[in-house]
Amino acid sequence: MKQLKYILAGILFGIIMTKSEAVSWYRIQEMFRFQSFHMYGIIGTAILLGVTAVSLIKRFHLKDSTGQPIVFQDKHPGFRKYLFGGIIFGLGWALTGSCPGPMFVNLGNGYPAMALVIAGALLGTYLYGVLKDKLPH
Amino acid sequence: MIELIKQPWPWYFSGAMIVLIMLMLIFFGKSFGFSANLRTICSMAGAGKKHSFFNFNWKGQVWNLMFLLGSIIGGFIATRYLSTPAPMELSNQTVADLKELGIGFNGQLNPDQLFSLKALTNPGNLVMLLIGGFLVGFGSRYAGGCTSGHAISGLSNLQLPSLIAVIGFFLGGLMMTFLIMPLIF
Repeated sequence: MKQLKYILAGILFGIIMTKSEAVSWYRIQEMFRFQSFHMYGIIGTAILLGVTAVSLIKRFHLKDSTGQPIVFQDKHPGFRKYLFGGIIFGLGWALTGSCPGPMFVNLGNGYPAMALVIAGALLGTYLYGVLKDKLPH
Repeated sequence: MIELIKQPWPWYFSGAMIVLIMLMLIFFGKSFGFSANLRTICSMAGAGKKHSFFNFNWKGQVWNLMFLLGSIIGGFIATRYLSTPAPMELSNQTVADLKELGIGFNGQLNPDQLFSLKALTNPGNLVMLLIGGFLVGFGSRYAGGCTSGHAISGLSNLQLPSLIAVIGFFLGGLMMTFLIMPLIF
């Protein structure tokens, strides 16, 4: 039962991603072609509000629902893995119009072929785990 | 109220709602990062026996899998009950550019010719979907996160690595859109 709140948060996330049209292959194409402000507006608003919220949480030392202080993990320092990984991700994002969340949301939206994109993503994740130590990080 | 929700959501409301999701998960003592689920699923399937990258206690990630499950249900609810039949307002220029690539636009969120059940009968399309998904999965693990983990959570916490990753997302996206897609469609 304690997992219920995560299912509900996920449902809300699926609705938001669909209603914002961020799950749309067409919207992603429009974004990469710089032909509409829509996606930039969404991401920009999210970052602006996110930065404000995170700094307030830190400033006032807020606690989470279990009473633990909220801590934000810093990302590991590095350059190559973020750039190379990011570029590879971007290639797939533009081609399939989906990042990992929307792949699943789109299954619910009635696009069964997304299952193949998900299968590909699992294969890619697996191969990264296999090759990890041989890649420049 | 429900009539208002049924309209397409403006970008500023959508952006604010995404932050709400991030804050909900932070408040629950978790963090917003969707692609971690892909690693978790590999681990559940037994990949941890052979490869240390997948050898972690995936039970600590069950909450995120529940979030994933919810997101599928949410997509269903939004399309089935919270939408109007009005076509999406895509830019005319995008419609024209995609038409040149041979991809039509009928007002829906995604092109049926790529993502419908019937699209699975086209072998070239199958390969495209698999490779595209592969790049997303490989890239997000290599970069240590996807759009939620880096562009939203990471940039909200002013992380330089996330900025590098997001620049990478766009470099890759632009290469695919302008250099590779004209060759494969």
